[in-house]
Amino acid sequence: MTVLTLSKALNAGLRKALEDDPRVLVMGEDVGKLGGVFRVTDGLQKDFGEDRVVDTPLAESGIIGTAIGLALRGYRPVCEIQFDGFVFPAFDQIVSQLAKMRLRSLGQVTMPVTIRIPCGGGIGAVEHHSESPEALFAHTAGLRVVACANSTDAYAMIQQSIRCDDPVIFFEPKRRYWDKAEVDPAANLGAALPLDRARIVLDGTDVTLLCYGPMVRTCVESAVAARAEGRSVEVIDLRSLSPLDMETINGSVRRTGRCVVAHEAAVTGGLGAEIAARITEECFYQLESPVLRVGGFSTPYPPSRLEDHYLPDLDRVLDAVDRTFAV
Amino acid sequence: MTVDADGAVTAPGTPAGLDRPPGPRTETIQLLTPEGERVEHPDYPLELTDDEIKDLYRDLVLVRRIDTEAIALQRQGELGIWASLLGQEAAQVGSGRALGPRDMAFPTYREHGVAWCRGLDPTRLLELFRGVSHGGWDPAAHKFHLYTIVIGSQTLHATGYAMGIQRDGAVGEDGEAAIVYFGDGATSQGDVNEAFIWASVFNAPIVFFCQNNQWAISEPLERQSRIPLYKRASGFGFPGLRVDGNDVLACLAVTRKAMQAAREGQGPTLIEAFTYRMGAHTTTDDPTRYRLASELQAWKLKDPIERVKAYLVRTGAADAAFLEGVDAEADDLGGRVRQACLEMPDPQPLAIFENVYAGPNALLDAEREQYAAYLDSFTGEEAR
Repeated sequence: MTVLTLSKALNAGLRKALEDDPRVLVMGEDVGKLGGVFRVTDGLQKDFGEDRVVDTPLAESGIIGTAIGLALRGYRPVCEIQFDGFVFPAFDQIVSQLAKMRLRSLGQVTMPVTIRIPCGGGIGAVEHHSESPEALFAHTAGLRVVACANSTDAYAMIQQSIRCDDPVIFFEPKRRYWDKAEVDPAANLGAALPLDRARIVLDGTDVTLLCYGPMVRTCVESAVAARAEGRSVEVIDLRSLSPLDMETINGSVRRTGRCVVAHEAAVTGGLGAEIAARITEECFYQLESPVLRVGGFSTPYPPSRLEDHYLPDLDRVLDAVDRTFAV
Repeated sequence: MTVDADGAVTAPGTPAGLDRPPGPRTETIQLLTPEGERVEHPDYPLELTDDEIKDLYRDLVLVRRIDTEAIALQRQGELGIWASLLGQEAAQVGSGRALGPRDMAFPTYREHGVAWCRGLDPTRLLELFRGVSHGGWDPAAHKFHLYTIVIGSQTLHATGYAMGIQRDGAVGEDGEAAIVYFGDGATSQGDVNEAFIWASVFNAPIVFFCQNNQWAISEPLERQSRIPLYKRASGFGFPGLRVDGNDVLACLAVTRKAMQAAREGQGPTLIEAFTYRMGAHTTTDDPTRYRLASELQAWKLKDPIERVKAYLVRTGAADAAFLEGVDAEADDLGGRVRQACLEMPDPQPLAIFENVYAGPNALLDAEREQYAAYLDSFTGEEAR
């Protein structure tokens, strides 16, 4: 066991993947010498060479488009999109090509491409550097969408994503890059929780609080605060946003009868809407109150001096939790 | 619009001073004139036996016959749509026959002639246009990637594939290369320009084969470019050339040379095959709305098949029996394509759920089960 920041855990996971499989490549803008703007790929080019850790031209569609071609040739590219708001030039290649290639070939082509995207706000950044576009990808059939929330998961999930034969959109909570947790580099990856399963991070009995990525820490802190007030909150880190682990979600909601979904993305058309609809369909008679969503407003991400209002914090999460008891 | 012999485009309403010819005269590489006369080019010597030229002729005729049959099938309601290659047979057969068995081709949705050269059964092409699948063939089996419908996307896939060739150490004397097909309209796409950049800076073993058929549905070349397309290559740092796209011999020669250069590690080449889309963009299109019949008539005189036939007849390389034999073979092929189309079964309803993911997906699996149960609820009616 060793204690690593989330950023270092990803770095260790990428290093392991590069060591384990010579077909794994890392590619993106500034991922080589610089080690990425968040240093997630620090030192990899030095150790694995410029052919395997590729500083690409500055064009996101080109990164994903060429990764598709490399995958056709049998490689397993891991692409870095430098910031969430920069993924849109690549959106066409991801949605129209990467996600659909398997079906187009009737299963004869596999697309083991992992796309890492630092996501979310809270770092005081300029426009386009704080977004949460996960719902757009979760809406796209053919993609798997995951979000890690801590170092332990980050280390395993990045390796699982790279080994996965489907394209994986891998969201990294950028304001948690410096959070530390234990990582066991000797652990068997096969023993890790499967990539498509959610994790109950805090047991509770009164209300289920669903979250992922950067909101997991916020929600755990909210649950601890609620406990002091005598309310038992079960916190679930969804981890997989497509497919959703409805078995774990439903199991919890059927026990607690109440549910809040929290994410940084705008609530309109967000993951919370999909989750609330599914819970309503599948747990309606166990529900004591409507499923509530707490998230970003239906506005573009605001200038950073306002982001503390936009991002759901402990109080807004607790406010939503309280409202589930109001009926 | 006019495109003159040196490729300069003159558009009505062009601002003064911006219609200057773009430099030295444009050279179009040609080895067989529209009249069927063999001409030599110092940079592209081509030694072909009569039998080899007859084989190319056969390819051209058969490919056109597939196309004709497919248009008829669409008119009869058997295909939803068809993208005709009429007029572009030489560009496709010439370039397609220049490829080695290990080279990889990335087509648009109109490369039926390249598909033929790669050995893909033409009836497989119909699946997409009939609506039975979105493609469905194994790209690795014939080294022929799936048709790509979004304009220009495949140029990046081909470039990435070529980067894979480099990483496999398969560049050199006995190397491999990729070739990617696209049209004049595609040259305006960001992806195509990104592919040029990638291929250039990584010196990727790839040939960019642009069939400039003068029209992007209804938009003429002048709406895509002020300069001859092949000249764009120099701005990206690799060679570009223009070939008579209706001359199968020239297309073969220039593609061979460019592919060999790519295989040996000399990097990319842009080939602009100057040709003409003699038919509609697809069977849904009506070209009489946007172009003059006289333009088509002018290009008919440059027909890619007629010139090979004229050459073969004039030189005595082919007799009537040969030509009749090819026509008969073409009719047999047309019949086979028709029959395969008519016999093509619709996929089963639950095929919708297949091949979306490589591994299990709990939510999709549940949807499939629900829909299967729903279908089963129609007892006695046609369901699964």
